[in-house]
Amino acid sequence: MTAESTPAETPAPPVRSKHSEAIPSRRQRSVPFAGWMVIGRKELGDHLLSWRFVILVLIVAAAAIVPLYFAADALRTSASTSDRLAARFLTLFWYGPPVANGQVTLPSVAGFLSIVAPLLGVVFAFDSVNGERAQGTLPRLLSQPIHRDDVINGKFAAGLAVIGLVIVAVIGGIGAFGIIRIGIVPTAPEILRLMIWILVTLVYVSAWLAFGMVLSVVARSAATSALVGFGMWAFLTFLGGFVVQLIQNILAPLAGITDISTYLNNTGTQQLIQRFLPSTLYQEASIVLLNPQVMSRDISTPTTIGGLAQAQQQVPSILSLDQSFILVWPQVVALLAVTVAFFAIAYVRFMRQEVRA
Amino acid sequence: MTAPSTRPIRRKGTTRQRSTTAPGEPGATGRPHQTGDDRPRAPIRTRGLTKVYGELVAVDHLDLEVQAGEIFGLLGQNGAGKTTTILMLLGLTEPTEGQARVVGLDPARRPLEVKRRVGYLPDAVGFYGDLTGRQNLRYTAQLNRIPRDEANATIDEVLEQVGLSARADDPAETYSRGMLQRLGIADALVKDPDVLILDEPTTAIDPLGVTEILDLLRTLVRDRSMAVLLSSHLLNQVQHVCDRIGIFAAGRLIGQGSMPELAKRFGEDVAHIEAEFDASDEAGDARVREVLAGIPNVTNVASPSAPGTPWTIEVRPAQDEIRVRRAILAASSSLSLDLTSIGTLPPSLEELYRRAVERAAHGHARDVR
Repeated sequence: MTAESTPAETPAPPVRSKHSEAIPSRRQRSVPFAGWMVIGRKELGDHLLSWRFVILVLIVAAAAIVPLYFAADALRTSASTSDRLAARFLTLFWYGPPVANGQVTLPSVAGFLSIVAPLLGVVFAFDSVNGERAQGTLPRLLSQPIHRDDVINGKFAAGLAVIGLVIVAVIGGIGAFGIIRIGIVPTAPEILRLMIWILVTLVYVSAWLAFGMVLSVVARSAATSALVGFGMWAFLTFLGGFVVQLIQNILAPLAGITDISTYLNNTGTQQLIQRFLPSTLYQEASIVLLNPQVMSRDISTPTTIGGLAQAQQQVPSILSLDQSFILVWPQVVALLAVTVAFFAIAYVRFMRQEVRA
Repeated sequence: MTAPSTRPIRRKGTTRQRSTTAPGEPGATGRPHQTGDDRPRAPIRTRGLTKVYGELVAVDHLDLEVQAGEIFGLLGQNGAGKTTTILMLLGLTEPTEGQARVVGLDPARRPLEVKRRVGYLPDAVGFYGDLTGRQNLRYTAQLNRIPRDEANATIDEVLEQVGLSARADDPAETYSRGMLQRLGIADALVKDPDVLILDEPTTAIDPLGVTEILDLLRTLVRDRSMAVLLSSHLLNQVQHVCDRIGIFAAGRLIGQGSMPELAKRFGEDVAHIEAEFDASDEAGDARVREVLAGIPNVTNVASPSAPGTPWTIEVRPAQDEIRVRRAILAASSSLSLDLTSIGTLPPSLEELYRRAVERAAHGHARDVR
């Protein structure tokens, strides 16, 4: 009754668009777009001011500085002695320095990230949807002109942005340390490798962020999703290796196998099982991308007699970036697939959920 | 009008038309240039709207119409299907059957356009505790793509309208329940909606605040000819502020209309007259009672509960109420009873509501049998 009472204001009747059935509004309203960006920006602001962010920075920084301190000496000597070492700069990221007279090996930066990245993903996602629900802000948020998936997308983007920011900053810091303190200067291909590795790291983080998102959609309370998320992380990190071994030895034992083809077969099965751990995928991708000397036989044991022969004939060499990338392409795709799968679950569940608390 | 101002919001580049036609008048829905198209243009309209959750029929073939410039009160107990109806109107839940049209659009198909033009106050509204009230509203404005300058001006105005200007820059976690409710109303108004849907808008607000909020709603409806749908289980509030009322029970709208219409439909055939007599002694009281009871069609006379309060006279059938009033006046002058005041008691919504629900329950029982 608003605009109708003054027909002069309404457009002429012939111009009947598909919107014509709408009652004209008092004011011009633009169609809102990219609601996820508005949500993402707000979430990013929240994250940057939150205690989580402080803890994130502390953990990652400590993780970078401690191994670096021990690695510095070892790296300096190896850098001066072995000129054959390709991509010396990248050694900073995959080299795990031995401490206590070589009895203990500290995890490398890449190794450490493979443990911590899942934790970060869960921390920044576990309460994203059920937190809104608990605060009573979800119905209000969803009654704004945004799509439901904007909520998930925006929160996901914000989480990824904040984790990415810290990871890039720390990696930049390590690089700077390497250049100034140890005197290793990166070459252009090394920088390219580093950037691709960072992208793969973000994919790995994404998988866990998406997992956290699923938990926050499915579990009604943030406490439940936190418990499940951290439990999953702890289980995979500390027990995952043992469980995998157990399954491997039940399904495809190697001990006592004398038949060479069975042995190779079982080796293949074992590798497959091992790769069900996302951290395995990430570690394989990391080492290949960061160290051009790592070849296919180093990450995949040959599973055929022919392959075995081929592997033995492989001449140790330095792989070009595209060769390294081809080698880990399956790993990267698998990580992406995990991310997409979790995302899909989060979407579907959230779309079907009732809005009311 | 108490503390908060109820100035209408003004915006740059906004041409506002005040509706000169009252709701319900034929001119209100007339569209001179769209002849041959007889769809009603009520901002909220549902046809056979139904929502089934498993076995439970939450909303059962709801036909509802809310015109621009009117406040419609949805009245019902908890679990009667009010919130489900509202969620369907917003496109947040898909109807099982039937259809809804909000500002002329199907909320299930075009939820974004609907939600851009509908302000919604959810039941038990919540805000981000670490943001201030103002920041919370700013976020809503951003989600609605309102330009920053315009949003800031609007936010100032709506905060003033709901009486929260003084606390606008405190974190929302320091707000009381009633303040959150007010902030929720401000939040629904930020987008300058054409339709306002309020789910239990006054539950947590103190009585004085309720009056302010209801006055604000009246002003908004009058100045901007919004269509307002509010749900409540607080009967007297609904009665005072709403133009029309829909009584909701077990998912069905068992009656709708203005208070007199509802009274006609659900009221018992009885009217009540209030009369005050200046007779303080017992003999006087007895005489008054005798006279009142002697008037034809008076079925019951209740003496004052305390000195100085009126008598209540029950009349059956209700249409004889005017005749009985005349008889009382005549008797008071001829028998020199000292009548000081006389009037008709309006039917109470509570009474109507109870009867409507009872009647619906009986009807339902018959259907089942």
